[in-house]
Amino acid sequence: MNDPRIRPVPAPGAPIAEADLHAYADGCLPAARRTEVETFLASHPQDRARVETWQAQRRALHALLDPVLDEPLPLRLPLRPPPRRMPWRALAAAAAAAVVSAGAAWLARGELDARRALAAQSQAAAVPHYAQRAAVAYAVYAPDRGRPVEVPGSQEQSLVAWLTRRLGAPVRAPSLGAVGYELVGGRLLPGGAGPVALFMYGAPDGRRLTLYVTREATGGDAAFRFTREGPVNVFYWVEGPFGYALSGAVSREELQRVSQEVYRQLSPG
Amino acid sequence: MRDDEARIVACIPSLRRYARGLTGDPHRADDLVQDTLERAWSRYSRWQRRGDLRAWMFGIMHNRYIDGLRASARRAEDSPPEGLPEVPVRASQADGLEMRDLDRCLQALPPEQRTVLLLIGVEELSYQQTAQALDVPLGTVMSRLSRARERLAALMQGREPVNRLQRVK
Repeated sequence: MNDPRIRPVPAPGAPIAEADLHAYADGCLPAARRTEVETFLASHPQDRARVETWQAQRRALHALLDPVLDEPLPLRLPLRPPPRRMPWRALAAAAAAAVVSAGAAWLARGELDARRALAAQSQAAAVPHYAQRAAVAYAVYAPDRGRPVEVPGSQEQSLVAWLTRRLGAPVRAPSLGAVGYELVGGRLLPGGAGPVALFMYGAPDGRRLTLYVTREATGGDAAFRFTREGPVNVFYWVEGPFGYALSGAVSREELQRVSQEVYRQLSPG
Repeated sequence: MRDDEARIVACIPSLRRYARGLTGDPHRADDLVQDTLERAWSRYSRWQRRGDLRAWMFGIMHNRYIDGLRASARRAEDSPPEGLPEVPVRASQADGLEMRDLDRCLQALPPEQRTVLLLIGVEELSYQQTAQALDVPLGTVMSRLSRARERLAALMQGREPVNRLQRVK
């Protein structure tokens, strides 16, 4: 509008300019002007060919790029403004502090006392070490926005093959889309005496859950158990050669809902 | 405020589409989208409904993209002048030869022409919104659009060699 050659609403009867031809190709001329341009193009085949080329370009570019619109949004894209107090970091710090104090207590009071303390948290039995390690792994990796996993979920097959090879038994990553979580990816971790697999899942709102898979769980008890380490809730159970622990800073009900789906998919038959 | 948040989120698919066309590479495109969103979330309280939201978002992306080009131009001073492109040339969604060809020709356009061609031809911004997003006069938008369309036609018809990218044998 600050350029006299451009008339966003061209005056009727004004000579046809190249800007009119582009606006015609882009479908943004008012009806009266469009008719004038059509009349012009009918008697100017060269200009008509140019306009048709531009329209073909538009269609081809849409065909090339429109499929992007249907792709799921990558998890790393922030879908809401960052909260002021960075609760994820606070949460991780709190969980880490809880773990450190538990460790200090263990050193100070000896294993027996520590076991009593842990047993008090879970009335059924002492919380196995792997469930605690699972909570720590969650607290360390889930808040990591930059590199939460070693292998992304897009390479699920190679991730699963790699973890299966390292753990020496067939590991599977359950598919949790139906309960609102997608696989972010996974990594290998040191357990108490050997390798452990960690899968991470994310919800569209940024919440994350981790599934810890270890061969160090003993006792063939397939019961579902619950424990809490600071802000991190954990459901854990033993199935076949593996101990599983699903951890998250989500409500117990939410975690149980997802755990049941994981259990359903990973139990044989 | 919730409404504005929803409107920003609603822009994301088209921001991703635009970034894909702009960079020709899915990973670089999403880096750009992530960068743009972070910037947008930290500033949207200042936007306060002044002007068109899409033009504002595409404007942020344009600035981030230009900053990125400048940074890589500085890095490129240390690399061989006829160096290979930083990322292998490949089709984004395309599997057909024609699509690959179009993608290659698109990437061979000068960035300022590619920008205008995509904002108008794919994102359906008006000429006025495009001028606002790029912070240039309307006449500049029109002349870039015109040159972009002629150049793309010439490249697609093989009248002009695609010399900015190495051909992969």
